Amino acid sequence: MRDKQIEDLKDYKYGFSTDIESFKAPKGLNEDVIRFISNIKKEPDWLLQWRLKAFERLKVLKEPNWQKPKYPKINYQDLYYYSAPKSFKEKPKNLEDLDPKLLETYKKLGIPLQEQKRLNGIAVDAVFDSVSVATTFKDTLTEKGIIFCSISEAIQKHPDLVRKYLGSVIPITDHFFATLNSAVFTDGSFVYIPPNVKCPMELSTYFRINASDTGQFERTLIIADKGSYVSYLEGCTAPMRDENQLHAANVELIALDDAEIKYSTVQNWYPGDKDGKGGIYNFVTKRGLCKGKNSKISWTQVETGSAITWKYPSCILKGDNSIGEFYSIAITNNYQKADTGTKMIHLGKNTKSKIISKGISAGKSDMTYRGLVDISKNASNSTNYTQCDSLLMGNKCGAHTVPYIKNKNSNSNIAHEATTSKISEDQLHYCQQRGLNQEEAVGLIVNGFCKEVLQQLPMEFAVEAQKLVGISLEGSVG
Amino acid sequence: MEQKLKTDFDKFISSSNFSNQEIKLKKEALNNFLKNGFPSRKLENWKFSDINQIIQKNIGELVFYNNYNIENEINDDIFIKEIEHNKIIIVNGKVERLSFEYEESDKINLTTLNNFNQNPNDDNSLLSLNNSFSNKIHNILIKKNYSFKKPLVIYQITNEKVSNTNINFQLNFELEENSSIKIINLSDDNSEKNFINNLFNFNLDKNAILKNYKIDKKSNTNIKYDYSSITQKENSISETFIFSSGSDYIKNEVSCNLEGQYSSAFINGIHLLSKNKHHEIRTNTNHLYENTKSYQLIKSVIDDSSKSVYQGKIYVDSKAQKTDGYQLSKAVLLNEQAEFNAKPELEIYADDVKCSHGSASGSLDEDSIFYLMSRGLDQKTAKELLINGFLLDVIEKITDEEIKKLLKNMIGLN
Repeated sequence: MRDKQIEDLKDYKYGFSTDIESFKAPKGLNEDVIRFISNIKKEPDWLLQWRLKAFERLKVLKEPNWQKPKYPKINYQDLYYYSAPKSFKEKPKNLEDLDPKLLETYKKLGIPLQEQKRLNGIAVDAVFDSVSVATTFKDTLTEKGIIFCSISEAIQKHPDLVRKYLGSVIPITDHFFATLNSAVFTDGSFVYIPPNVKCPMELSTYFRINASDTGQFERTLIIADKGSYVSYLEGCTAPMRDENQLHAANVELIALDDAEIKYSTVQNWYPGDKDGKGGIYNFVTKRGLCKGKNSKISWTQVETGSAITWKYPSCILKGDNSIGEFYSIAITNNYQKADTGTKMIHLGKNTKSKIISKGISAGKSDMTYRGLVDISKNASNSTNYTQCDSLLMGNKCGAHTVPYIKNKNSNSNIAHEATTSKISEDQLHYCQQRGLNQEEAVGLIVNGFCKEVLQQLPMEFAVEAQKLVGISLEGSVG
Repeated sequence: MEQKLKTDFDKFISSSNFSNQEIKLKKEALNNFLKNGFPSRKLENWKFSDINQIIQKNIGELVFYNNYNIENEINDDIFIKEIEHNKIIIVNGKVERLSFEYEESDKINLTTLNNFNQNPNDDNSLLSLNNSFSNKIHNILIKKNYSFKKPLVIYQITNEKVSNTNINFQLNFELEENSSIKIINLSDDNSEKNFINNLFNFNLDKNAILKNYKIDKKSNTNIKYDYSSITQKENSISETFIFSSGSDYIKNEVSCNLEGQYSSAFINGIHLLSKNKHHEIRTNTNHLYENTKSYQLIKSVIDDSSKSVYQGKIYVDSKAQKTDGYQLSKAVLLNEQAEFNAKPELEIYADDVKCSHGSASGSLDEDSIFYLMSRGLDQKTAKELLINGFLLDVIEKITDEEIKKLLKNMIGLN
């Protein structure tokens, strides 16, 4: 029996669960729970009212059902909406004060917080369940005037900024999951880059789902003021478990005049076992607003985890000359399902967007690219280029492309290309002839297929992502 | 509308002589339509063209009763002079004449169907509407090894006797092994503000060849929905060409089921729109067997405040290995008010396939205009030349030389 358990755990490299006793809000979704969350986080009244307004809206909204991957009905009353590690009731002052078990968890995940602090030059805002654990490298950032903290802290310390921008890209009246998040979000990251500041390091958050049955409702808000630049990394791994877990995060990016935001994600949440049991539901709303002139937002994502991934990081190109980019690799194996893509909404003049999407499906999985390019009447001289390529491995999986293209402006150009194919026998033969075994050969070819996107990732991520691509496809050939 | 439908239906049934079985089927179809009503943008297929709203806005109250007992005169002037051809003449949804004067009569079997094909899972309410109100359905069966000597021209005429009316029409073709036919479907509309709902059904057996050219050129204010369903067995070939320009609104839907190996389907189309037109082409190619091939090329030239829509889907079943599917849609927007929407879709469940699609839209290339103008053409001529070339690309795909020449003249492209 024990052997079997160990065997099961082997499959998922990061499959373990720390047993810190969690401090939970009662199960269920109602006004009291929202008040409870707001109260425990000592939030100002306007935010509570904002949450309640979202909750009112949620009551009339219906869960969308147009997506390709179907999932069993979620009982929203059967979820915990708040949980925090108990030993965190009083916040630690520094890293050494942390619960040793927590630190161990991070070590297993491959983010030795303390070494990283010195060696990598990355400030890590680690989210363990729903409360920020520690925020490092504050000093360097504070010097520049950069605010990088948990959103709860930002609500306390910078209420004006939060109030001004929270919900300005994803309003509380948005779709079901976004509104759910607005009502019950617990924590997340907040970044503010002051005018003309180039953030000297990559900002990074590791998310981690821990307590059983806890839906994670992160809220991330990044504001790049005029002429600033920031690169933000988000990476996820989660412990193994059987019940499906809902993750409905909201990420809002705002770029003002001449500002640039680069947002990179490596998502490797528990995808369920070989028979499709368990795994995370990743229903995330990510949206960036190029508010000012000459602003730029770039999304890069490597999606290998989750039982169901359902997300469309989008750009609203409002400012003239603004640029939106989307680079994506999505890999599905076994029974995983992904419905992902992007939306590029051109509103300003001379706006440009570029979409490069690479989908790889293996096993019995299903992958869909769904995207929208919408050039409005006033967005003259805008251009879009879209390329989506899919690779199929085996004949039990599916790869689908559903682009929506709307052009209402005669001075604008849209070009869209998509291909679907398999790894050619010739390429495989060539590699194998030179001494690689089949799996290595496939790994090499797939990496080549993804290269365009992998190149967009910051160094720290690129290496990890490349490994991840290989790991995700293990056992899918032959 | 419900009451109107019911009374019109009763009136229609009592004025025609359907068998009890037919009446039963028609009633079922009507109930089906009553349940779903006209499709609206809430349905994914109709996302870009809300026909419910379009009918409401442009026609208002529709009359569903269509008197098939009225005799209509046929004016010979409309016939194509350039080529000898067989004729089917349809006036206001009623078949007035079927003449296969150039063919061997024992090789063609003409019947009327007592039973229409209705897939109970099909949620297309316009097909139900068609089934409930269409007249007797003619079936044209082409026998084994017989190739039509001359093209068949289907004249679809509407005259001033109908307005604000819903006209439903169905035609069925059976192509037996090794047979072939070339069809030109020519619309000639002299009526205003009708909703014309056509359904063409083609069954292609082994090695059969269908060439179908659909021309809608004459300017008119009718609203049309035209559905072609093509089922193909081993080695069969279908070629569909759509020229869509004249009517205020058309949605051309072509659905191909490639059920036998080495079967192939080609669908090419042109949207040439001006004023305030709204045209859509939707193609659905289902690759259901190994070694099948499909190709679609759709080009749009959109002027004034017109709107062109292309929705194309390539579906590849897990059985359909070695599929070759290609789809390309291109649009030129000539006016600031013009609009182009596309949804090229791939749904693929087999790995050994080669499928791709491309879509591009934008203005005419400034450099090309400049090049031509620097060689002495004025801007207008330069633009015309470029548009001509752009569209000619599609015409050149027509495999029948005689018809290609005819259509070039008809459309005015050289």
